[in-house]
Amino acid sequence: MTSFNRRQFLKSSLATAGGLMIPRVIPEGSFLGLSENASAAPAQTGLSHVEAKYYKKLEDEEVECLLCPRQCKVGDRERGYCGCRENQNGIYYTLVHSYSSPPNDDPIEKKPFFHFLPGTKAFSIATAGCNLNCKFCQNWELSQVRPEQIKSIYLPPEDVVSYAKDSGCRSIAYTYSEPTVFYEYMLDCAIAGKRNGTKSVVITAGYINPDPLMELIREVDAVKVDFKGFTEKYYQDICRAKLKPVMDTLELLAKNRIWYEIVYLMVPTLNDNFDDIRSMCKWIIKDLGKDVPVHFTRFQPLYLLKNLPPTPVSTLDRAREIAMEEGMNYVYVGNVPGHPGENTYCPTCKKVVIGREGFTILEMNLKDGKCKFCGKVIPGVWN
Amino acid sequence: MGSKKQILNSGDILVKSRVVVVKSPGVISASGKVDKILLSKMVERGLSQLTFESNSSDALRHFFSPTDQIGLKVNCLGGEMASTHPEVALTVADLLKRAGNKDKNMVIWDRSSEELEEIGFPLNVKGEGYLCLGTDTQGVGYSNDLIEYKNIGSLLSQVMGKLTNVQINVPVLKDHGLSGVTCSLKNYYGAIHNPNKYHENGCDPYIADLNSVPQIREQQKLVVCDALRVQCNGGPSYHPKWAENFGGIIIGDDPVAVDFVGYQIIDKIRGKFGLPTLEKANRKPKHIFTAADKDHQLGKANMAEIDLVETAI
Repeated sequence: MTSFNRRQFLKSSLATAGGLMIPRVIPEGSFLGLSENASAAPAQTGLSHVEAKYYKKLEDEEVECLLCPRQCKVGDRERGYCGCRENQNGIYYTLVHSYSSPPNDDPIEKKPFFHFLPGTKAFSIATAGCNLNCKFCQNWELSQVRPEQIKSIYLPPEDVVSYAKDSGCRSIAYTYSEPTVFYEYMLDCAIAGKRNGTKSVVITAGYINPDPLMELIREVDAVKVDFKGFTEKYYQDICRAKLKPVMDTLELLAKNRIWYEIVYLMVPTLNDNFDDIRSMCKWIIKDLGKDVPVHFTRFQPLYLLKNLPPTPVSTLDRAREIAMEEGMNYVYVGNVPGHPGENTYCPTCKKVVIGREGFTILEMNLKDGKCKFCGKVIPGVWN
Repeated sequence: MGSKKQILNSGDILVKSRVVVVKSPGVISASGKVDKILLSKMVERGLSQLTFESNSSDALRHFFSPTDQIGLKVNCLGGEMASTHPEVALTVADLLKRAGNKDKNMVIWDRSSEELEEIGFPLNVKGEGYLCLGTDTQGVGYSNDLIEYKNIGSLLSQVMGKLTNVQINVPVLKDHGLSGVTCSLKNYYGAIHNPNKYHENGCDPYIADLNSVPQIREQQKLVVCDALRVQCNGGPSYHPKWAENFGGIIIGDDPVAVDFVGYQIIDKIRGKFGLPTLEKANRKPKHIFTAADKDHQLGKANMAEIDLVETAI
């Protein structure tokens, strides 16, 4: 994985070291040296002033955001739940268009996409903000802050496409925080990418209204949905959201035949009830189909759930067994490098079609989208 | 301090929270100009009445030692016409200075320097006199560790704890479209990095939860609320058609009681404007009552438990 910083962008050269650069929510400078060193200049990074696409104007300069099911009513000078859209004199603006946190070129398997251009890299961008507040968020220092609280890079869509191509990425990934909240930026990047032969993939919680989702999926190539749980209580208590709109999103993706995969983060004691897992699998098979890949991934204690242990691998194994018992064809175990559940198996001959360890492809037994051994068509985007 | 004991028929002792409302119609002109001399007299009167002292210096000693690093948390998110008047915060700071606190040990602060400057606060991060700065000042920022309490998980402004050890809450009283009322309790939304996460359900129970965080609960000592101009509808941004020059200062050391009194004032002004009460408008400020409940116990939220003193100059 490569990380890019501002200097590297200015020099138009790509570096090769580092990890995801999550900024700290603190302006630079020595606090203890405040009296000598601090300046009165606000430590803000750039904020965009691009009118939002989905909102309606109400009385007395109030607006209602129509982007996500939350539908925040926002007074003048106030922001929505996401923290990155602001009402200014009755006009609703996105503050993050073209301002990305430092991007990375990630393996597509990291997203994870296992049936989408395996072995390729995705140029990964994100902005501050999220329309959920999941207690287990692994990127909360990016997703749960306001845009002026992080360092960002001015990276307009045409530059995103250009850097993606220069760094050998086949796709642009909108990821890390929640791309729904930087919808306009994502959409413009996807359109620019399409013109230049670069695909777009969305890594999302799927908490978005149908109209903006429909417009988006006309421009992007794949969507990974974090399906947080299968009860309203879990969505409300742990994620501050609702389950039903996410189910609607998944159904809409299925209906519109865009490639998508599902991730289910298993959090010990909170959403690891096997009856719920079975119910979810039954629903997926009935409403989405048995070929949608589902990744059961391992939780690590972070953010507001530091009191829980990592998910036992045996729990992930059992969830995978249940899904397969119910008839699902492509069920994976995530965040457990070396686990056999990282491989793609042919549902017909049961042989390994794509062998993986972590984000690395070990073997590829796929030819023209079919199992090399028995000819079974494996669903996905392979070219 | 700002409390009064009363022995009930049952033999129980009721401790009432004292709240002083000082009014002077001439303190703010129709154009919004503040009479600083009159304002100072109002604040002095309020502090004296709150503490039963004869002067503000002795009154302030109830709450602050001469060596305290004192934060004055204002609210300037509503723009020039719907924010804490700089004159109110500066008057309090002047009285503290007169009481023997050094000006360099006082910090007038809010979320952002830009917003402070917009409404006329004199930014100052290293010069002589009171410090005046936003949390976004270079070198300040938010804590690295989350403060967590019930529904709250936030980073706290480093003004609290690093630059100061005690707080005077200097909010502005006004209507709020979501919470019904914004006054002292909600003012601490300006002390955390993610207030946007806590506006659902009328900001309840989030406001009460936030004020229960030890760093806030223990640091807050006094409320001096700006009720010079009170907007009774359409808040938190400014709408002149619903604003009244109330000419008041509300002082107390129980933030819940101050907010409860403020709530009554807003409802009375709403009545004058022909508006329904906040409760009838489905915007009852639930957070004030949650702050008073047995899980939070941050103060008193009914008139039977409040020793309300109303005085005029």
